[in-house]
Amino acid sequence: MDISVDLFGRKLASPVIPASGTFGFGSEFAEYYDLNILGGIALKGTTRDARYGNPLPRIAECPAGLINAIGLQNPGVDAVIAEEIPRLAAVYDGAIIANVGGHSEEEYVVTAEKLSDCKEVFAVELNISCPNVKGGGMAFGTDAQIAKSLVYTVKKRVKKPLIVKLSPNVTSISDMARAVVDGGADGVSLINTLVGMRIDLRTRRPVIAVRTGGVSGPAVFPVALRMVNDVARAVNVPVIGMGGVTTAEDALEMMMAGACAVQVGAANLVNPYACKEIVEALPAAMERYGIRNISDIIGAAL
Amino acid sequence: MKRETLLLTGNRPLTPTVFELTFSGASAMRAGQFVELEVEGQYLRRPISVCDSADGTLTLLVKRVGVGTDKMSRWQAGREVSALTGLGNGFGSDATKPLLVGGGIGCAPLYRLARDFAEKGVRPTVVLGFQAAAEIYYRDEFARYAEVIVATDDGSDGFKGNAVAALCDKGFAAGKDFDRYYACGPAVMLRALSAWCADGELSLEARMGCGFGACMGCSIKTTDGFRRVCKEGPVFDAAKVIWE
Ligand SMILES: Cc1cc2nc3c(=O)[nH]c(=O)nc-3n(C[C@H](O)[C@H](O)[C@H](O)COP(=O)(O)OP(=O)(O)OC[C@H]3O[C@@H](n4cnc5c(N)ncnc54)[C@H](O)[C@@H]3O)c2cc1C
Ligand SMILES: Cc1cc2nc3c(=O)[nH]c(=O)nc-3n(C[C@H](O)[C@H](O)[C@H](O)COP(=O)(O)O)c2cc1C
Ligand code: FES
Repeated sequence: MDISVDLFGRKLASPVIPASGTFGFGSEFAEYYDLNILGGIALKGTTRDARYGNPLPRIAECPAGLINAIGLQNPGVDAVIAEEIPRLAAVYDGAIIANVGGHSEEEYVVTAEKLSDCKEVFAVELNISCPNVKGGGMAFGTDAQIAKSLVYTVKKRVKKPLIVKLSPNVTSISDMARAVVDGGADGVSLINTLVGMRIDLRTRRPVIAVRTGGVSGPAVFPVALRMVNDVARAVNVPVIGMGGVTTAEDALEMMMAGACAVQVGAANLVNPYACKEIVEALPAAMERYGIRNISDIIGAAL
Repeated sequence: MKRETLLLTGNRPLTPTVFELTFSGASAMRAGQFVELEVEGQYLRRPISVCDSADGTLTLLVKRVGVGTDKMSRWQAGREVSALTGLGNGFGSDATKPLLVGGGIGCAPLYRLARDFAEKGVRPTVVLGFQAAAEIYYRDEFARYAEVIVATDDGSDGFKGNAVAALCDKGFAAGKDFDRYYACGPAVMLRALSAWCADGELSLEARMGCGFGACMGCSIKTTDGFRRVCKEGPVFDAAKVIWE
């Protein structure tokens, strides 16, 4: 049974990749298991300068998931390259996917270029769900023209495969996918979190300090699956699927929807061994559904 | 961090809202560390401090405040509970004249610490602050290892006022009555304590996504930079916490 998949010409040990923001910069998870069973690791969103992020509380529980409003806390791109990536590369040989956040085009470009010049980085994942400060705070990823021109500018400076991570908070995610592929994206990943909120009945105030945050976890799985399917039908580049994946069966379903690899986010937070357990459960799940090569099922349900 | 399946061996009410859970099957943990318990039907685990950890038994004291702790209050002996154990840094224990200060459910994590000092031959002073007499728990248990001062907001038992007011009223002074304090309780209490004296350690709370350092959901600002309450904490040097 073969659980390896291909991404941009590189063979990944498995299709399972921890999603950005739910695995830190990876190295701390090496205390829990051998990271080399993973298909890749998506690093915590990195920005040009160090950021503390949002005030607390940043986390709220939801039915079958959670809301987060971390606000891209990270030590800044230079520290990520000098400290975090070498620390991960010392314990892990697989693909490192550097996730980039930004609040202006310049910030995205500088950060993405520095990370793509880092020899340990395999691909850059551009998180376009961040608010565009100059554009009135609307996310880059909610306007097809703005997203396309951002991707076009970043792509010119990035020498590694460029994955654009799509926001689900749009009317047509396939239109967004087409726009970023037109802009030069080598692949797309989706979904980022869905905007949501909770209110504390006792205080009558939002639980999250900045009022709203991003919903993820099993609650979003059917929505994510539909969006991955929409996008896989719309574009001809690799699609990385995520949103609520918790089991090997979920991963197979995501791949049948059109994903060539899957990312796992929230599940890592409640079960530090989530990715390892999904990888280990894949062969038996494949056996049950008569799958010999996992790559055979990619887009089966297109 | 370890993921362990714990066996609940007892669930006993201590006050109308606080109950004591005892478990077997947990690795030994230090005072001030915490566990993350899975609760049926809830997506996130619940962080609860070690009250005592000795001879293979883990004791947790829990206050019923919402849906998760309400479910926990109804757990029965014999139940298996999935837990992440050994989380966080825990309290230091280098004081020669320790002062322990707890407010409400924050008294719980001081118990193992009081024992640690007692086992080293040092009898600490512990100030336990509660809202009212009916909410007092573990007074006799603490008295085995420490000199206990009780304070209640309404004056229904012991000193009338909060734990910090009790300390001020009794003229407690660093260097004379204690050389270092260890505290857990509501943020307002911890903040007042750190303003009163910097020679202490504070156990902080934050809403947590993971409890083991993966999500950055719990980061606070300190004079050393950003620190995760779940990983570099929950215990921080009182002089280093930057209050927002
Ligand atoms: C390090 C640490 C140690 C703790 N030790 C204890 C202890 O020993 N005994 C005890 O009774 N309580 C302790 N708490 C608080 C306890 O975690 C919360 O009271 C509990 O999670 C509330 O859950 P709930 O479902 O009943 O409340 P809900 O309000 O329904 O919970 C909703 C969500 O908010 C979170 N939440 C709510 N209140 C808090 C809070 N005060 N701190 C952190 N998260 C919160 C919950 O975990 C859950 O994710 C500790 C918290 C932390 C961070
Ligand atoms: C705590 C937390 C932090 C996140 N941080 C980032 C981030 O920095 N950059 C990013 O592109 N996505 C971030 N995400 C989104 C996830 O990578 C993922 O797209 C989303 O959570 C959906 O997957 P899931 O349902 O498996 O969690 C974060 C998600 C969570 C829960
Ligand atoms: S709760 Fe996730 S890093 Fe602290």
